[in-house]
Amino acid sequence: MLEENVRRVISGRAIPVRGDDIDTDRIIPARYLKCITFDELGKYVFYDERFDETGTPKPHPFNDERFKGAEILLVNRNFGCGSSREHAPQSIMRAGIRAIVGESFAEIFFGNCVQLGIPAVRLPHESIEEIMAIVEEKPETEVTVDIESKLVKVGEREYKAEIDESARSLFLSGSWDTTSMLLSALDEIKATASRLPYINGFE
Amino acid sequence: MGKNLFNKVWELHKVKTLPSGQDQIFIGLHLLHEVTSPQAFQMLRERGLKVLYPERTFATVDHIVPTDDQRRPFKDSLAEEMIEALENNTKEFGIKFFNLDTEYQGIVHIIGPELGLTQPGMTIVCGDSHTSTHGALGAIAFGIGTSQIRDVLATQTLSMKKPRVRRLNINGKLARGVYAKDIILMIIRRLGVNGGIGYAYEYGGSVIDEMDIDGRLTICNMSIEGGARAGYINPDEKTYEYLRGRMFSPKEKAFERAKEFWKSVASDSDADYDDVVDLDVNGLEPMVTWGITPGQAVGVSEKLPRLSDLPEDQREVAEKAYKHMGFKEGMPIAGTKIDVAFIGSCTNGRISDLREAARVAKGRKVARGVRALVVPGSKSVARQAIAEGLDKIFIEAGFQWRNPGCSMCLAMNPDKLVGNEISASSSNRNFIGRQGSPTGRTLLMSPAMVAAAAIAGEVTDVRKML
Repeated sequence: MLEENVRRVISGRAIPVRGDDIDTDRIIPARYLKCITFDELGKYVFYDERFDETGTPKPHPFNDERFKGAEILLVNRNFGCGSSREHAPQSIMRAGIRAIVGESFAEIFFGNCVQLGIPAVRLPHESIEEIMAIVEEKPETEVTVDIESKLVKVGEREYKAEIDESARSLFLSGSWDTTSMLLSALDEIKATASRLPYINGFE
Repeated sequence: MGKNLFNKVWELHKVKTLPSGQDQIFIGLHLLHEVTSPQAFQMLRERGLKVLYPERTFATVDHIVPTDDQRRPFKDSLAEEMIEALENNTKEFGIKFFNLDTEYQGIVHIIGPELGLTQPGMTIVCGDSHTSTHGALGAIAFGIGTSQIRDVLATQTLSMKKPRVRRLNINGKLARGVYAKDIILMIIRRLGVNGGIGYAYEYGGSVIDEMDIDGRLTICNMSIEGGARAGYINPDEKTYEYLRGRMFSPKEKAFERAKEFWKSVASDSDADYDDVVDLDVNGLEPMVTWGITPGQAVGVSEKLPRLSDLPEDQREVAEKAYKHMGFKEGMPIAGTKIDVAFIGSCTNGRISDLREAARVAKGRKVARGVRALVVPGSKSVARQAIAEGLDKIFIEAGFQWRNPGCSMCLAMNPDKLVGNEISASSSNRNFIGRQGSPTGRTLLMSPAMVAAAAIAGEVTDVRKML
């Protein structure tokens, strides 16, 4: 596996986006799904929360100069619920985010993050609140997401993080980019198909 | 110990266990639509790969189609670009596309079962979270993202962690005027919008056994709103009869062989589950959502919850909901004026949904100031509705009769809310901005309840009108 695909330790400044149950329609409004490629999506992340109908900016962490260039997103509970649209984590990734730390993630959203090589790790509510407060006061604080040791480091503090074990193993090995890995089992794929009675219409 | 359907079908489709601990799962049916597929095909092209099993892959166009004027090129140039991309991609890679100029175009989760593509014992995926719908026929069906679409196109498999299985026993007697939609809204309210994370739901019990296939499809459709990526119902005689004679169903001797296979995948009577929940529908009222998540729902005769009565972890979202909706704690939901009424979507756009709504609309008129749309879920549904005279009933009452598509469920086509309009909607999500306006407000309910609200001009108990 390519070394550049390995996700072991990710460090950078953090940006907090508060609120439970932030859904994919809020992360990327549906009108931006009408694209043939993902290239431009970073500009439109949280668009309707950041700009009103006239295009005037509203207060939002992604409009806040202090968080510009942040690479780690901090969130609360059930982040990314709703649609399976990969445009949601794509827009977050293309806005510069390389890892997400939160209380919990919706399942399809988490799966999409794995597909894109974006680790999403979990901390309890109190820890998230603590870290958000630190970062809001001192946005220059360095936050480190250590997938290998399952730790989130914020300045001098260390927090024990949770991440689904199979996802963690994909990040550490770099094999989250799944196509070639799956294709290498071509003989076994065909063998599996041959034992499914519906494949040839039950003839 | 017997096995449940999920475990049987998972094992049958497992190619191998991967070093990560996830399983490589063969996909029996891959459904595509125009929104989530273009980038996946692009990724295939970039890697010089072909579609491995084009004969197991089917496409339709639904999210971006206008429901009034469907002439090409679409007025919306981005929508035109997307349908063209799907036309080119399906042609290049040899995939059947039920395009607008065919007799079978429609919403992807409506045409799959209609055409007999969806069958018990299959694994089914699509780049859309409501793929759970197909589980109603006894399949494992779930939504996937674009990179996974790429994997399924190239390898007909994907890497997945096996979820746990929760059995929901749904018993009791469903009252007149209370439907499948009310049951699933009750379940999501009870178990929460993230109650199902990490689980597939098996719905069963006397209410499910007695329910027709359309109702089962509605229930499985909204599994994802309860956090469960997949939801299914064991196949039975209703399932087999539903499938008999459909375009892609096996025929004659093959059908009899298929039935034996389908029976074998149903959960054993002594099947094991990771969790079991018992639910009772006695006394269940028509449900209405009042907030910004599908879990924020009440019975039509109830008052909206006081923040102090809610569990602490639900209060913040409730406060945000009250602010957005302009509602007050303790307010009754009945009597809420509506501006727009929408009957349609993959949740409730089938023939039985239109029949129930038409029963309410017959001989009555849409209230002044209400914009009301009926969008059949597919061309097949539209044809049948017209044969039964339902279109005339709706038009006579003042509803607009539209062409099939996802329409106002989500804001990817011209059917949208304007400003802070409130809609009564038979769709599946009430998130802020979902129906096309950042200040728009959505009340989810059954199609019969939408028809009743359209006529009354406000949320009302449909049971009084039956």
